[in-house]
Amino acid sequence: MPIYNHYFETMPRREIEAVQLKRLQATIERIYATVPFYKNSFNKAKIKPGNIKGLDDLQRIPFTTKLDLRDNYPFDMFAVPMEQVVRIHASSGTTGKPTVVGYTQNDINTWAELIARSFSAAGATSRDILHNAYGYGLFTGGIGAHYGAEKLGMAVIPVSGGNTKRQITIMQDFKPTILCGTPSYILHLAEIAAEMGVDFKDFHFKSGIFGAEPWTENMRAELESKLHLKAIDIYGLSEVMGPGVSIECLEEQKGLHVFEDHFIVEIIDPDTGEVLPHGETGELVFTSITKEAFPVIRYRTKDITSLNCEPCACGRTHIRMNKPSGRSDDMLIIRGVNVFPSQIESVLMETKGILPHYQLVVDRIKNLDTLTVKVEIDEKLFSDDIKSLQAMETRISENIKEHHGVSAKVLLVEPKTIQRSQGKAVRVIDNRKLL
Amino acid sequence: MLAKQISIFIENKEGRLAEVTAILRDANVNIRALSLADTTDFGVLRLIVNDNEKAELALKKEGFTVGITQVLAVEVSDQPGGLNKVLDPLCEQDVNVEYMYAFANPQCKNAIMIFRFDDPEKALKILAERSIKVITGKEISDL
Repeated sequence: MPIYNHYFETMPRREIEAVQLKRLQATIERIYATVPFYKNSFNKAKIKPGNIKGLDDLQRIPFTTKLDLRDNYPFDMFAVPMEQVVRIHASSGTTGKPTVVGYTQNDINTWAELIARSFSAAGATSRDILHNAYGYGLFTGGIGAHYGAEKLGMAVIPVSGGNTKRQITIMQDFKPTILCGTPSYILHLAEIAAEMGVDFKDFHFKSGIFGAEPWTENMRAELESKLHLKAIDIYGLSEVMGPGVSIECLEEQKGLHVFEDHFIVEIIDPDTGEVLPHGETGELVFTSITKEAFPVIRYRTKDITSLNCEPCACGRTHIRMNKPSGRSDDMLIIRGVNVFPSQIESVLMETKGILPHYQLVVDRIKNLDTLTVKVEIDEKLFSDDIKSLQAMETRISENIKEHHGVSAKVLLVEPKTIQRSQGKAVRVIDNRKLL
Repeated sequence: MLAKQISIFIENKEGRLAEVTAILRDANVNIRALSLADTTDFGVLRLIVNDNEKAELALKKEGFTVGITQVLAVEVSDQPGGLNKVLDPLCEQDVNVEYMYAFANPQCKNAIMIFRFDDPEKALKILAERSIKVITGKEISDL
């Protein structure tokens, strides 16, 4: 398979590290001068930009968390004036406020290149037609994939998410050869296609590039057999850039190459913060070393996985991260949308002015993630009138959809029926079998 | 005179209604009338009983969410048009029925209708003007 940027993607390790150090030093120098948050955090840790002499010195720098991004909402983490920013995206934060990220024109170009590299690694070329079923909007998935595919020279169908039957008709008529979207949505689409009597054997897909939510080897097997394509995992998060931080290669489909000329990746012990050696499992941490508008230093992703620096059959020298196996926080990813229990809690609080006992139950029904919010009824919520109880369910559900972009079924339940563990309510039951 | 109705939230689960009535049986509470309004997932059981306090206490002790609602109990004669005699004057003055149910008065042939109006005070006034007999909570207990 052709490698999009042969020079950087196959660079010897020693040279990659030299590039990383140079770019890290420049990033540190710049953000110390431009982002008060970083200046304060470096000062507190008694580090000056000049102290970063080697890549190992990165470990002395404090982590950045989602909470830090929230505290600097919306634009205080930006390292350039707004006149240089050309794009803003946002994802869910842990409370009502989203996490906001910005891009300069150079950042957009870099992102497009990394997507182009990713799609190449998945077997795409300029002769391919891309069916892009990632959502377009504030979410980085749709537009991120779009720009990169155009850069590679593909013909992009910006179909976005939803309207599944129309998507299937487009697949029949336009004959796309590369597919991308969230794996749970694509499996759902495959089921609808089967119900319509459409067989993917008659389609022309070579590869599907799937991400934005955790998925498993079993789901890969299902995707590959139902859709008759190679299922490739793509990883990214808006705080670091968006999709295209790392990608599996078609040759091995075993671990995702992290584009190390743009990001430094570490694995840490989520409890102690200590950096773990390659091969050990812990929390993924990223440092951006080329981003201009929204650089992040040692950003804690909360994703749990391990790194692998074995040489790869594809020829890329960039380190691989294994498929993330879980999260070190309570974030749920439901159809590509990040949901924190605390967000639902604030909606409940706002809706009735009091906080009832609640529980989030996530299921995967016909390959589509569903969220049910169980709410224990108490005397303050109770009414002898069925209509007002149903209206309350509807209002909570609408508020969740409006504020957090996820559809939830609200279910009123009897008091004390939500299971407690040592007196504390169990907030999340995830019934999705991700094995 | 308004009468008291006990309402209970119950999930739509097998045997749940029987559990409620068993609690009342064990507390020696007699049910005069009941109605169950339900959705696919839950229901609200509304009860007229002979001893509200005892019933409320026993149900709360078992962890149920119990509400007390003021309802109107009206005696309706057992003949064509009996119900209209009650409803027509209320309708004329825009009083709305939220829900209603009925039971037979054991002392005569008439029915006792339990009404939940959107404006119970106004309903009470209208019925009094028309000399329609409203049954008190005490009378229900003593039936």
